[in-house]
Amino acid sequence: MDKLRLRFEKTGRAVYISHLDLMHTLQRAFSRAGLALKYSEGFNPHPQISIALPLSVGVASVCEILDFRLLMEEDPASLPARLSAVMPEGICVTDCWEPVYKPTLLKYLEIEGVFEYDSRPVPEMRYALEDFFSREAIVITKKTKRGEGPSDIRPAIRSISFAEGERAVLLHAVISAQEPTLNPALLPDALRQLAPEYEPDFAKFRRIENYLENMEIFR
Amino acid sequence: MDKRLERILPRVQKPARYTGGEYNQIIKDKSAVELRVAFCFPDTYEIGMSNLGMSILYHTMNSLDYVWCERVFAPWGDMYAEMKKAQLPLYALESGDSLDSFDVLAFSVGYEMAYTTVLDMIDQAGLPVKSRERESLLPLVVVGGSAAVNAEPITDFIDLFLIGEGEEMNNELLALLRTAKHEGWDKRDFLRRACRIGGVYVPSLYEVSYNPDGTLASMEAKDGAPTRVTKRIVQDLDAAPYPTKPIVPSTEVVHDRVNLELFRGCVRGCRFCQAGYIYRPIRAKKPETLIKQGIESLQNTGHEDVTLLSLSSSDYRPLAGLCDGMLAYCEPRSIGLSLPSLRADNFSMEIMEKLQKVRKSGLTFAVEGGSQRLRDAINKNVTEEDLLHTCAIAFAGGWNTIKLYYMLGLPTETDEDIVGIADMAGRILHCWRENAKNKSRGVKITVSTSCFIPKPHSPFQWEAQISKEEYLRRVNLLRASINSRNVVYNWHDADTSVVEAVLSRGDRRLAPVIEAVWRNGGRLEAWSDYFDYQRWMDALDKFGLSAAFYAERERSVDELLPWDVIDVGVRKEHLKRERERCYASVLSPDCRHACLACGALRLLEGGKCDG
Ligand code: SF4
Repeated sequence: MDKLRLRFEKTGRAVYISHLDLMHTLQRAFSRAGLALKYSEGFNPHPQISIALPLSVGVASVCEILDFRLLMEEDPASLPARLSAVMPEGICVTDCWEPVYKPTLLKYLEIEGVFEYDSRPVPEMRYALEDFFSREAIVITKKTKRGEGPSDIRPAIRSISFAEGERAVLLHAVISAQEPTLNPALLPDALRQLAPEYEPDFAKFRRIENYLENMEIFR
Repeated sequence: MDKRLERILPRVQKPARYTGGEYNQIIKDKSAVELRVAFCFPDTYEIGMSNLGMSILYHTMNSLDYVWCERVFAPWGDMYAEMKKAQLPLYALESGDSLDSFDVLAFSVGYEMAYTTVLDMIDQAGLPVKSRERESLLPLVVVGGSAAVNAEPITDFIDLFLIGEGEEMNNELLALLRTAKHEGWDKRDFLRRACRIGGVYVPSLYEVSYNPDGTLASMEAKDGAPTRVTKRIVQDLDAAPYPTKPIVPSTEVVHDRVNLELFRGCVRGCRFCQAGYIYRPIRAKKPETLIKQGIESLQNTGHEDVTLLSLSSSDYRPLAGLCDGMLAYCEPRSIGLSLPSLRADNFSMEIMEKLQKVRKSGLTFAVEGGSQRLRDAINKNVTEEDLLHTCAIAFAGGWNTIKLYYMLGLPTETDEDIVGIADMAGRILHCWRENAKNKSRGVKITVSTSCFIPKPHSPFQWEAQISKEEYLRRVNLLRASINSRNVVYNWHDADTSVVEAVLSRGDRRLAPVIEAVWRNGGRLEAWSDYFDYQRWMDALDKFGLSAAFYAERERSVDELLPWDVIDVGVRKEHLKRERERCYASVLSPDCRHACLACGALRLLEGGKCDG
């Protein structure tokens, strides 16, 4: 059967499942749903299943993209319900279709963040964050494959805005997903490095939507 | 999710093991149940989730609609430190509720090195570790599992023990507890009634006294408690509950697979082996039952592997048929079928070849003793001829890794026997040269030794353990005797074996020692990362006890043993006779050839032992 694409949510307790464990968990879910995955040819065959943008442990998402091939012809519309029924808590398949775009065309991610401040005043923090992230350049020291180096994360932020929440500042942003990849964890990390007085006590993120270069939704 | 936990999880290794939420976990409405059971495994998630017993009892306890049984594991060091720092108490995975909301803490304890972790988990539940300091009935702290066949060292901490197989016994206990909770019994009342349930051992109902030399003088049952507690068994394994919807971990565990239990008990009667005695009588499952349960489990879990478990798979009579039946399902789906605990004989090789169609792995043999004389003495019925023959077939079939396991310090062992281990490895190497088709891949023969631990309820329960120094001398002798690059020698160090020997044959006087080790930071001591030999020796010292008294002292046959209060079915006379035959280097026939009337048969109601 041709390539199919799933959209699924990974929220709640499931956010702690690592990428590698998730691949294994999904394979087993396919098997429980009675859906045989197609295997690659070759000496060490592996199931043809891949995730467009691996998610860091601890980050939630309502827009994960999984591409796969099945051995048998199946109605894509039936798959979300069949798969969701056999998933661990927190993983829910919401859609299935034949891919329109190549995964490499996925350019932007819309994300939400919660920056928790246990004792500092929220309005003040909110202004500080707005101020900080509107700088023209935000150069942090980043671990790369070749050791540590300076890196400007500002160009990877397409848009960013803040609102007040309960003991927290709520972030909404569109960031670059690929080339360059911006790990949202670098946002509070930038504060830690450059403006530690505004670093939140805890930060968490959620992916909301995937976009192409022209901000059309990635399908 | 608890805010504190949410902040900790991103910082610890493998956080998915601390969250629950796996497929097939059992969630109930806590306001609709009457008893909440925290099923505690005193080791990591990865070990506990690989344990078939735990999986079975999780489901049997949850089959009671008035009970919600949830899992609790011991956090690894990094998580433990974070939890202490955040003052986050230990919690159950399903609900995330801390242990103070539970009615029962039920521990499954499979080995003595977990004792300090048991104490630690009781403490993390916010309870006093000593049973008598927990005055109210709830929460009740109970222990089951194979370590309970000598419960004495931890009796101070535990309200009652469940001896033997828990499928029925646990639920009988929970039914009684439900009544007790409704009617408001106090703890004393409850314990006095609980001790009448078959298999339940209530240690506070026994008065213990010692002789001046430290040996046991007497153990008197009070308040209607039985003089000896007889282990419980399941009569009919085919009818026994088996979970075909086990929890599927969302993260890697030690044994990530479907487990099928072929039979309980063992026909072999190796004299050093506790498991071979405490699980008797022998009860097998029908292959039809196994195939049905296996296929259902595979469908319900999506696992890619299934393992046939037992103490000696080759002794399962319908093994070939079972393998064929399972392979018919597994092969087309690329599901691996594995079969540990095979014996080194022809028949087993045929089976191995069948399995290789799906997957190829190394060969492992537990040879135990280095000479035929010693193997006869310990009743390990494997001959060198069989072993070489098996190896020849294996080498010809393309295998090139062989692992051989031995014990050093077995009763009657001599230096000749030890050198014999090296000789045997040499002959296996020679056998490879003669039989291997493709020698360019080389061969790896691994010899491993561990220090023999005399275990309660085995024929060697009276034996002395050799000292650490003597073990090291024997290790060095063997090292010096191995002189081929293709033979690798690994030896386990004896520190853990000494402590294990002390605990497994210990008495109630060890309670303060275990408590002191725990208070000094001892937990997860089955892991070399956390085990500290000196901490044990210091604690023994502090309470005027010595490791040698428990480990290195040969017991006289008429000494009252701390575990005599537990009746596992096999009679003491049988153990004595087997020990005498050891010293005469006489083999005993296995149960297939002749029933030696070990005594375990009386546990079967009118049934037949599948020996
Ligand atoms: S009753 Fe007989 S056949 Fe059964 S385990 Fe004992 S000795 Fe073996």
